[in-house]
Amino acid sequence: MKIAQEQVLSLYRTMTLIREFEVKVREVFRSGAMPGFTHLYVGEEAVAAGVCAHLRREDYVTSTHRGHGHALAKGLAPREVMAELLGKVGGSCGGRGGSMHLYDPAAGFLGTNGVVAANIPIAAGAALSAKVRKSGQIAVCFFGDGAVNNGAFHESLNVAATWNLPVVFVCENNLYATEMPFHLAAKNATVASRAAAYRMPGVEVGGNDVLAVYEKAGEAVERARCGEGPTLIEMLTYRWFGHHEGDPGTAYRSKEEIEKWKKRDPIKALRERAIDFQWATVGEFEKTDKEVQELIKDAVEFAGNSPLPDPGTALHAVLSS
Amino acid sequence: MAKPRTSGEVLSTREEAPERVISYAQAGVEAVREEMMRDTTIVYMGQGIGPRGGNFQQARGLWEEFGEERVRDTPIAEMAQTGLGIGAAMAGSRPIVDIVFFDFILEASAQIIQQASTIHYISNGKFKVPLLIRAAMGGVRSSGPHHSHTFYSFFMHIPGLKVAVPSTPYDVKGLLKTALRDDNPVLFIEHKALYNAKGPVPMGEYTIPFGEAKVCRSGKDVTVVAVSLMVSRVLEAAEILEQQGISVEVIDPRTVAPLDKDAIIRSVAKTGRLAVVDEAYATCGFAAEVAALVAEEALEELDAPVRRICALPAPHAFSPSLDTFLLPSVERIVREVTAMFRG
Repeated sequence: MKIAQEQVLSLYRTMTLIREFEVKVREVFRSGAMPGFTHLYVGEEAVAAGVCAHLRREDYVTSTHRGHGHALAKGLAPREVMAELLGKVGGSCGGRGGSMHLYDPAAGFLGTNGVVAANIPIAAGAALSAKVRKSGQIAVCFFGDGAVNNGAFHESLNVAATWNLPVVFVCENNLYATEMPFHLAAKNATVASRAAAYRMPGVEVGGNDVLAVYEKAGEAVERARCGEGPTLIEMLTYRWFGHHEGDPGTAYRSKEEIEKWKKRDPIKALRERAIDFQWATVGEFEKTDKEVQELIKDAVEFAGNSPLPDPGTALHAVLSS
Repeated sequence: MAKPRTSGEVLSTREEAPERVISYAQAGVEAVREEMMRDTTIVYMGQGIGPRGGNFQQARGLWEEFGEERVRDTPIAEMAQTGLGIGAAMAGSRPIVDIVFFDFILEASAQIIQQASTIHYISNGKFKVPLLIRAAMGGVRSSGPHHSHTFYSFFMHIPGLKVAVPSTPYDVKGLLKTALRDDNPVLFIEHKALYNAKGPVPMGEYTIPFGEAKVCRSGKDVTVVAVSLMVSRVLEAAEILEQQGISVEVIDPRTVAPLDKDAIIRSVAKTGRLAVVDEAYATCGFAAEVAALVAEEALEELDAPVRRICALPAPHAFSPSLDTFLLPSVERIVREVTAMFRG
């Protein structure tokens, strides 16, 4: 598998940024300072990092309720995401959206989403626009195993294949949709195999191996960019924490299962392999860790200092004038 | 300003511009065609709007002229069509999503209400959603419970959406051109039974702003507000009522979001009585909204309670005898407006 050494550190950096950000979000949320709900991405970092490493700023991404990792990997500023989670003016959406409604056009980020599967046709639509405009842009759509039994999934994949749209559908199969195990929601508790129904390529990847994610995502992105249409990639992964902060995640998952997956920590795996193969040094990793800590510190400070929006602005921009 | 009119004739047009008489469907085609020539970002998608030209010929000739990249037949998947429209709109295109039968917009409601209507606001103005959703509402030839609905008030209820309900070819063309230059999600809701109705439409460029009602007939005894197909029925009823000595002023808001409530209030201030005729149901419908607005803002102008003349509360029965009975007929409109003047 060909990968540049700089890319290894870059993947590590993205994953570490996501990990440390989410751990900090958990801390802030538990302190009572964060309104709303939050759905943490800890454990799944390799997927966002490995996929988004192939994307240009102007490529499009649509995301889910568990979207902080996608947002950071796509290039949203950590301080703006943190401020948004706290409902502050300095947030990506001026505090109007919060965790599940993060938007950033400068980063091609067409939103995290509070409605499961609703982001799937939206990604296909962005791809349609790119195709008609012949812009060379592509779209990537992230969704979970919970979305693949929904009408929006079927309708969107069908039309994306039929119209040969430049979109990559990435399913983060973490085995549970809220509390529901995938195998109880679907007789066919697999995702990649479903691609055949739409006559598009379907790929299954160990989603905690960031280099495997990087490789397969790269092929799918290239396919889309060359006009060869959509791909469905199933990333097998796992979330360490509950569905949302407040759900311990242990009522429906055994401690053994959770521990087994924690041992497959994607960040640790990359670091160990990179050191073994001498793709990077311990020093380089530690330097990256320090940079990430600085970013997190800045994010928390910035978000803390940012004010809440003035209620006088509550009726602004309902419509575009 | 007012002169008696019969169904199908348009009252006010620009006096200078030469006119020809075309159908409601043709007016829509012209509007879309002109805007697609002017704005290359417009992409039109819907079932049967390609080579077939649309179930109501509402897209006739567009596929031949603009080709299959910009005019696309979709599978029967209204939710995905609409979601695609939203994504394309956010990415710099200006999509038209043709739902064809308004009833089927329900499949797409989550995308319209949860996504399209909220994105500009929630993104703090960073994203626009210049999406036009086109559909035909209302009953025609006993179309029955799955092909007759007129629940445009569901969408009028939601901030972040614009809703147009034109009644004439002139209004279709002018409003549709405006809609295709608006950067907001717009529901452009035509009426199935009006597609073949003909009316004068000027040659040359014109647009009609949203939020501007039309006084179709001037009167002094009662204001009757109506949209879409009901406008022509109300005008017929007004002729009959005139013979009975009741002078009816007819207001067609043309768009319900934004709604020209000032025009309605001005008229009620003149007449003192208000009826709203709607093919939709009375409960939580357009008529209820107009009544509430006038009660809140112009109660002192009313000499009598507001009257809602609407579809009776039952599903759209198929048999013509039931269908005619359930929807506001000219005869029922005359009867109910007359009743406003007793006691």
